Amino acid sequence: MTRLERLVGGLSAHPVAAFFAFFAVFPFLLPYRALATQVLIFGLFALGFNLLYGYTGLLSFGHAAYYGLGAYGTGIALAKLQVGSLWLGLAAGLGLAGLGGAVIGFFCLQRRGIYFAMLTLAFAQLLYFIAFHLADWTGGDDGLRGIPQLKLGLAGFALPVDSTLGFYYFAYALVGLAVAGLKRILDSPFGAVLQAIRENGSRAVACGYDVNRVKLLSFVFSALFAGLAGSLDALRLTVVPIESLYWTTSGQVVIMTLLGGAGTFFGPFAGALTYLVLEDRLSTFTESWPLVIGAIFSAFVLFLPRGIWGTLLGGIYGHKGA
Amino acid sequence: MTVVNFAHGSLYMLGAYFGFTVLALTGSFWLALLAAPLMVGGLGLLTERFLIRRLYGRSPDDPLLLTFGLSLILVEAVRLIWGKIGRTLDPPRTLGGTLDLGFMRFPTYRVFVIAITVAVLVGLWLFLERTSVGLVIRAGSRDPLMVRALGIDVSRIWLLVFGIGTALAGLAGILAGPMRGVSAEMGVTMVIESFVVVVVGGMGSLIGAVVAGVLMGQVVGLTTFFAPKLAEIMVFVVMAVVLLIRPSGLFGEAGLLE
Repeated sequence: MTRLERLVGGLSAHPVAAFFAFFAVFPFLLPYRALATQVLIFGLFALGFNLLYGYTGLLSFGHAAYYGLGAYGTGIALAKLQVGSLWLGLAAGLGLAGLGGAVIGFFCLQRRGIYFAMLTLAFAQLLYFIAFHLADWTGGDDGLRGIPQLKLGLAGFALPVDSTLGFYYFAYALVGLAVAGLKRILDSPFGAVLQAIRENGSRAVACGYDVNRVKLLSFVFSALFAGLAGSLDALRLTVVPIESLYWTTSGQVVIMTLLGGAGTFFGPFAGALTYLVLEDRLSTFTESWPLVIGAIFSAFVLFLPRGIWGTLLGGIYGHKGA
Repeated sequence: MTVVNFAHGSLYMLGAYFGFTVLALTGSFWLALLAAPLMVGGLGLLTERFLIRRLYGRSPDDPLLLTFGLSLILVEAVRLIWGKIGRTLDPPRTLGGTLDLGFMRFPTYRVFVIAITVAVLVGLWLFLERTSVGLVIRAGSRDPLMVRALGIDVSRIWLLVFGIGTALAGLAGILAGPMRGVSAEMGVTMVIESFVVVVVGGMGSLIGAVVAGVLMGQVVGLTTFFAPKLAEIMVFVVMAVVLLIRPSGLFGEAGLLE
């Protein structure tokens, strides 16, 4: 067993502690700090996608919808409704994403398999067109601008989160909570049913589980994670670009999760890091960087379907683990 | 066939670009109309033979994921080769102008496109319903294992189906060029629109696809007339309503491809 494999195995045994330990020092391991926050946020987005695809076996090609709803929910609450509190802004984003997940999930779960994937994509495009035309609320094509940088009210203190590192640790705390939440979900009986559905849907039905309800709940949880990621990104950028809802954003999270390893706990973060570093490096010397990423992604689907993290884990356990 | 090809839209886009180049080189629209589907179909055959075939037997999501990756490559490659700015494709002079239909005047080129579409549809229907190869294709999409047990090489059938499907995407691309313009982005919106049509019409039903296509055209046309902003949205509203009332689509059978 190599040292790398031992490290990966140790991380997987205590994922929440590993998350907090690793990401506490993460910004100092990167060439520049801003990238660290992006990895956290997109890792969280991919984490939500992974709950649905990797653990429940439902491929969504429209996760931009919930990421975008989270971003617009927070952005509209802070910039248009002037609620004046970061917490209320985050709550608005989460609420909108959860609601969107419940409604769209209900429609998409009418069909299974490839239909499901394409329906999620179609509904995400619907939201894109709505946001495009509701320019009074969303800023339309120009994106939503003017999200104020607020201080974080916490137990009577007002913490500034406008510095790069300050915002990183704010995101770190929230994403950490989400990671702990995901671990809790996966360890619960509900989480076991999710994986039973992925492995054999008919058998889960035969065991007496209300499979459709479980799937819908998984869809909503997944949308909430994606929505929190969108909210955080709106706060980070202080604008919400219209592309948040575009299908390319959905594609991005699919690529990240598959690169990192679908159905593995840290795959989404590994994938987000890989994708963002690749994008950053490649875009410095070629405009056609999506071509390279497309080729790498296709090669992963063909030859490395477990992704980076899954392959490392496979080296240890010899099967798809943790 | 049980593969959803996300790159279908990109191949449609490629058909328009191939047509554009053949037209620019030879000056003949008719040659371009012939060459574009053949070139795209050829590319489709290679893709099936060397890439997608490896994924049969794995999760049905995998071909969708792979073709998504391929569509990224194709769109970016087109931008690299033909540039980022869209191109225009001129129809031949004989098809310019308008045609007097008695009650209204209609662009001749559009009449030509409708005629070609009808011819292709009738041909496809005859091929699928009236030939023995068509019979094998239909049987193969229901129960490939049984078809193989009867001694038929299913992989050759899939190759043929993929080739025909992609060639038709290329034909659609070159036909759409003079009406919609040619751009690298034309493919993805198209693949979403055509999937909505298939969901409404019902997968595996040729008649369903035609009826749903016409229905969606009418919906878009009418909403554009009364409330232009809602036109793009109405398509999805119709889809949601169909999903609620008849989840398998207007003419579809439940269970296919699920």
